[in-house]
Amino acid sequence: MTSLLATPWADVDDLLVPALGETVRMVGIVMAIVVLLGGPLGLLIFNTSPLGLTPHRAVHVSISWVANLGRSLPFLVLMAAIIPVTKLVFGTTIGFKAAIIPMSVAGIAFFARLTENAVREVPRELVDVGLATGATRWQIMRGIQLREALPGLVAGFTLNLVAMIEYSAIAGAIGSGGVGYLAVNYGYRRFDDHIMIACIVVLIAMVQAIQFSGDRAVRALTH
Amino acid sequence: MIEISGLTKTYGPTPVLDGIDLTVGDAQIAAVVGPSGAGKSTLARCINLLERPTSGSITVAGQDLAGLSGGSLRRARRQIGTVFQSANLLRRLTAAQNIALPMRHQGLRDAEVRSRVADLLERVGMLHRANHYPSQLSGGQRQRIGIARSLALQPSVLLSDEATSGLDPDATRAILDLLTGLRDDLGVTILVITHEMDVVRGIADVVAQLDHGRIVEQGSVADVVRRSDSPLSRALLPMPAAPVAGDLRTWELRYTEDEVSPAWLSRVSRELGDVAVLAALVEESGGVPVGRLTVGLDPLLDERRVTQVLAAVGLAAEPGPARVDDARPATAGRTESAA
Repeated sequence: MTSLLATPWADVDDLLVPALGETVRMVGIVMAIVVLLGGPLGLLIFNTSPLGLTPHRAVHVSISWVANLGRSLPFLVLMAAIIPVTKLVFGTTIGFKAAIIPMSVAGIAFFARLTENAVREVPRELVDVGLATGATRWQIMRGIQLREALPGLVAGFTLNLVAMIEYSAIAGAIGSGGVGYLAVNYGYRRFDDHIMIACIVVLIAMVQAIQFSGDRAVRALTH
Repeated sequence: MIEISGLTKTYGPTPVLDGIDLTVGDAQIAAVVGPSGAGKSTLARCINLLERPTSGSITVAGQDLAGLSGGSLRRARRQIGTVFQSANLLRRLTAAQNIALPMRHQGLRDAEVRSRVADLLERVGMLHRANHYPSQLSGGQRQRIGIARSLALQPSVLLSDEATSGLDPDATRAILDLLTGLRDDLGVTILVITHEMDVVRGIADVVAQLDHGRIVEQGSVADVVRRSDSPLSRALLPMPAAPVAGDLRTWELRYTEDEVSPAWLSRVSRELGDVAVLAALVEESGGVPVGRLTVGLDPLLDERRVTQVLAAVGLAAEPGPARVDDARPATAGRTESAA
């Protein structure tokens, strides 16, 4: 009988609300790191490519290889493989902090590729406009490439955000906290159907809301 | 004033541009024409310094810009404004912001940027569209904004790279008037790269034909059209199709003098009898009348006499390719002889 094992509906909030807060905090921190590091990395990958502002084969190939590294492992495997680094940085291999590192690594690699794609969509002629009017490379990257790629970057950000929520649930396996952790610990391990259902509803609602807002933002930014 | 000398650009072993010499004086409009693949776009990209020439020099206001790099290359690029094909406006910036962009990148003060943007919008007649995005403008309007942006840094040379291709005739006319106005009011030297001959006739003072990376013919538009009978001349002023004219003999006439009397037709007809004008294209180019005509004359007239009479009024005359009563389509015969 599920009703015997399940947390009463009235008490679900007590577990779910703090878990939701942890998810938001974890994903928020990771996304900040991802945008700050993954964005520039993607811009660098594109601009060192033959189509970019400063083609440089060696640099392009090596950073491209590094970015692929972060995306080649399934997240669970990456999380385990990266444990020595996590221990080195935070002195622990479990919990909230420990989840930040593998999530950031996977997220940075993903966002770098998304940024590269978004910037590649900016017509080369617009970069020529910048060059012909005597702009510096930095001005062209910021004022033309990133500005024109903004709708694509926001779409990429949305995609990345949803992926990070998914990863935060997987990170529940190392005790990260958050909605995913709650679903795994109570819903799966203790057969607590109420918690499971509540977690599923919250996750679906969150992802739908993010995708909806992301799509609206992209439309608003496209002229 | 822009002076291009010995400009060569090679990709691998093949020269795309092979020793281009071209000088455009202050407040002149020069047109470079040529078939696709002749090297026009490479020439354009060398002139606005987006490509580095393999050898040769590009001199603007006495300074050779071809060999510069880094900061001096960026400063040199600002002396040459480029009007791109299809305008190349940033889609996420309004018309006014697009015009302001080069000034912002140069670090001009806000007040200066605002006043210049307003002046430029007014010059191109687009003040009422200042806050529109490119997607809300027509092709011709976008190109006006493109011209305004190319002038943002007050360049002494303007390069127009196929700026009117894809525009309808009215929009093309408006853009050409705008360019002519820039030459006359601001004294800007303009280099127009185009494949459209009407554009050349419409605005150019001098014309150069590019073929296989070389300039094969150049001169003032009026001279090219009047004094030679070259492929460029025929391309610039093509003969309209002529109808078959009974049993008359066709003659091809070409304006050769600055002053061809408007009354030449009646004068010639007093000497030679009836003159049937079968086809004519007469217009003003570079301030002088230029024209080509196909006329029908009495077949019994002496060829030398016809030539003399017509030369006296400033027209070069050549007998048509065939008698029109040969039942051969007149147009076909003429086109063959044109080559």
